[in-house]
Amino acid sequence: MSQATLGRACAAVLQRDLTLAWRRRGDIAMPVLYALIVTTLFPFALGPENALLQRIAGGAVLVTVLLAMLLALDGMFRSDIEDGSLEQLVLAPQPLALMLGMKILAHWLTTALPLIVIAPMLASMLQLPATAMPVLLLALALATPMLSLLGAVLVALTAGTRRSGMLLALMLLPLCVPVVIFAAGALAAAQQGLPWIAPIAWLGAALALALVLAPLACAAALRIALDA
Amino acid sequence: MTVAPPPLLAAASLSFLRQDEPVFGPLDFELHAGQLALVEGDNGSGKTTLLRVLAGLLHVDAGELRWRGEPLRRDECAGEIVFLGHQLGLKGDLSPRENLRIAAGLHGTCEGTNPERALHDVGLAGYEDEPVRRLSAGQKKRAALARLRLVPATLWLLDEPYANLDRQGIALVNRLLEGHVAAGGAALVTSHGAVSFHGGEPRRIRMHA
Repeated sequence: MSQATLGRACAAVLQRDLTLAWRRRGDIAMPVLYALIVTTLFPFALGPENALLQRIAGGAVLVTVLLAMLLALDGMFRSDIEDGSLEQLVLAPQPLALMLGMKILAHWLTTALPLIVIAPMLASMLQLPATAMPVLLLALALATPMLSLLGAVLVALTAGTRRSGMLLALMLLPLCVPVVIFAAGALAAAQQGLPWIAPIAWLGAALALALVLAPLACAAALRIALDA
Repeated sequence: MTVAPPPLLAAASLSFLRQDEPVFGPLDFELHAGQLALVEGDNGSGKTTLLRVLAGLLHVDAGELRWRGEPLRRDECAGEIVFLGHQLGLKGDLSPRENLRIAAGLHGTCEGTNPERALHDVGLAGYEDEPVRRLSAGQKKRAALARLRLVPATLWLLDEPYANLDRQGIALVNRLLEGHVAAGGAALVTSHGAVSFHGGEPRRIRMHA
């Protein structure tokens, strides 16, 4: 008899979600294509002046990436609820919060990571100076997990409702405001050659808090959603 | 003098309310290790709800549940209960083998078994790597039943395990149940059809609509 260890259970959940995402690779490409198209629209709408684009580049890329992530967030638990996998996960003798943490990690790897990879391309399309590029990547690396974690809690809260997509956006976007302010603040400071470490540190602190609390809140919300 | 062991699972005036309307109960029953109980009742009499309450998916509204004589606490019996509901908990894009590997990762496995053997036991040999969504309803059910064969548990909660199964499938469920009960496990099975169980007369829990 082989015992289920915590490590093996985490690996099983992570591997499952990554395999599922790989079987539906087309879905991974959607947010990436969306971000690409939205970024192309900015020069058309505002005119191709380098100075203007340079000024908005950081903020535009940030907001585009956050909105692109929102697209994929809705389905985080939907299929699991529909086919009963979530019930099995809840009933498994493993800490649910940790298992959901693994699901959120898989979700971040499959939606946010591709966006971070193309972010330098998006930013250079908008003429963001190369000196600000590392700060953009750092800000995205801290802001996108925040969004995945906050989003997971809200998806869990709206799990019982039908057509939760719009409701989710309305609830999540206000919570994104501080994330956007700090990330954009760091970028603006970097572009002006000012020290940018303080807003990044705030983002990091918020992420640490979310990493601990969000999976717990998510687990509680899903238990309530199933208990109805 | 030896004291008889307390029942594995005991319910005392257990009931569940939905918007202040009782779905079932009050219900009293005891289930000992090595026993099989059949939950009987018409459509809408609360069989599925009872199983979901026992599995811990729904909260207990009134009454009490005891596990081995102690008030039931979910974290203590989580690994000992397996629930198989109408939703089978299989991922359509994954193969039966991959689905079972996840179950093995979450629950561990019984001695001397592995996903391949469990699938062979439920008659899915040759379908191990086919995506579950391409299997027939009966084959999906068999893939879910393979989980019972694979993971260690004392109490099985099976909601309509005979649905969608052919005659060999029904015999398979009975064989699984007999093996489990003979090994000292217990099972609660809902069914509104006639069940032919050969390992002695099962207890019956009658639900009133």
